[in-house]
Amino acid sequence: MLTAEEKHQIDHEISLVPAPKNACIEALKIVQQNHGWVSDESLKDVADYVGMSPAELDSVATFYNLIFRRPVGRHVILLCDSISCYVMGYEGIKEALHNKLNIQYGQTTADGRFTLLPNCCLGTCDCAPALMIDNDLYRNLTVEQLDEILNKYT
Amino acid sequence: MEKPLTQHIVPSRAPLSLKEYEKVGGYQSVRKILKEMTPQEVQALVKESDLKGRGGAGFNTGLKWSFVPMGPDAATPKYLVANADEMEPGTFKDRVLLEGNPHQLIEGMIVAAYAIQASISYVFLRWAYKVAAGEITKAIQEAYDAGYLGQNILGSGFNLDMHLHTGVGRYMCGEETALLNALEGKRANPRAKPPFPQVSGLFGKPTIVNNVETLCCLPHIINNGAEWFKGLGLTADAGTKLFGVSGRVKTPGCWELPMGTTIREILEDYAGGMQDGYLFRGLLPGGASTDFLVEEHLDLPMDYPSIQAAGSRMGTGTMIIMDDQTCPVGFTLNLQHFFAQESCGFCTPCREGLPWVERILLAIDKGEGKPEHLLTLDFHTKYLGPGNTFCALAPGAMEPLQSALKYFREDFERHIHEHHCPWSKAKAWQPSI
Repeated sequence: MLTAEEKHQIDHEISLVPAPKNACIEALKIVQQNHGWVSDESLKDVADYVGMSPAELDSVATFYNLIFRRPVGRHVILLCDSISCYVMGYEGIKEALHNKLNIQYGQTTADGRFTLLPNCCLGTCDCAPALMIDNDLYRNLTVEQLDEILNKYT
Repeated sequence: MEKPLTQHIVPSRAPLSLKEYEKVGGYQSVRKILKEMTPQEVQALVKESDLKGRGGAGFNTGLKWSFVPMGPDAATPKYLVANADEMEPGTFKDRVLLEGNPHQLIEGMIVAAYAIQASISYVFLRWAYKVAAGEITKAIQEAYDAGYLGQNILGSGFNLDMHLHTGVGRYMCGEETALLNALEGKRANPRAKPPFPQVSGLFGKPTIVNNVETLCCLPHIINNGAEWFKGLGLTADAGTKLFGVSGRVKTPGCWELPMGTTIREILEDYAGGMQDGYLFRGLLPGGASTDFLVEEHLDLPMDYPSIQAAGSRMGTGTMIIMDDQTCPVGFTLNLQHFFAQESCGFCTPCREGLPWVERILLAIDKGEGKPEHLLTLDFHTKYLGPGNTFCALAPGAMEPLQSALKYFREDFERHIHEHHCPWSKAKAWQPSI
């Protein structure tokens, strides 16, 4: 069930576009903001609300890598694996994260704290390697900094 | 040296508020066009200035606008979209403008919207630019409060609304017709052209999509004229350009310099030259989808025709340096993995061809390559090239591949003959998931 607040926010987005379905990505973002991801149930709720079939909405939702259709941890680590970070040695950061968190790409730590995902260029190539955790950007990364960074997130 | 785009950007300081921006001449161009110029005059001036699209295509901005239907019979509403979906790997120039001076972008957008008589505008911002999102939200509100946005702007009768739209990923959204689909709440597949967005764009209405850096040039062209703008460039190309360098150089960064500054000057005087212990082997001049240039090209001016004449493209003007300790096969594999992953899957050559290229490069990188693999890669550079795919993604992907095969072919052959990566002390790159 969409909450009253979610409906209110989605209604605002719908008011800005010609048809309700044009606001479907915004609606998915609103739901994900509240739940961390978009469950099948949420997908169906949003589809009903904006007048799409769940299949049509899922074709949109699964196109975009930052709409999560599987549960994620409390914090999502997005590690840049594009070319400047490759040249500057992001693999060392990747290996260190795998070892520290004991997860591979696409997995979530057993305590539900972190999900680790690869990500395209974060647009901070002069400060490579880089990663984002939630809304926070970390640049000029070294393996030695990782513990301190990860410890900020509970 | 004049630096109109970055003159008010200080990296360690918050961007100028609207009041501060007005004190240094901000929004003068809006006052000028609304009082003194017709939309057609603005279009003509910008066309005359020879401003070329800074997103990578390099098309004359005024000419692009001129295809928008004008007059009382034109369909409404018309839309203006700022393409702030900077996702070309190795590119970080628009971030500087978005975080550093959001009012300059808004001012440029008002100029562009007026020129095509658009009444609704969007900033399509990539999700990762969180700081920029905050600054733009604040700046748009300030612009509304000051009467630069909304109804009857400065009493002129011109109306313009502006919205910030943050994306949810995918490189495809940088392609202008795919971006429009994303704005409409659809999968970001590109659209067939014609009809061009100028005639039938967002929600089927006349639409212009311009890059952030392009839009930021506009207030300065209005205020100072076409001749001034043309005079900024050192070569036949007009204006200044944000150039960037990343990779194993001493001081990577982004600098506003005259169009036509040589690659060597950017690399040595601004990026400080190669880091100690690393030698230069090649560079991609303007993002992941541009052909390699090598030592012999370093004295070329960075402008659209010079880089094109050397067989590459200036693209976004942000260079990625490949040093001697980076494996050219691994470097190319990283690029092709990116393009294969980001293909929207709509057309067959791109959807099937790019993963094939990636698998072959992975085999070569692991020492499992065969001599005929190079011929298969050569074949792909032709069959995924211009004219064979629905949009420019796969042809763009083939640019660094074809030039890597040209300039670094011996390195590819060594992998195959020696059955391992000669750089393998460095860990082999593994594609994600």
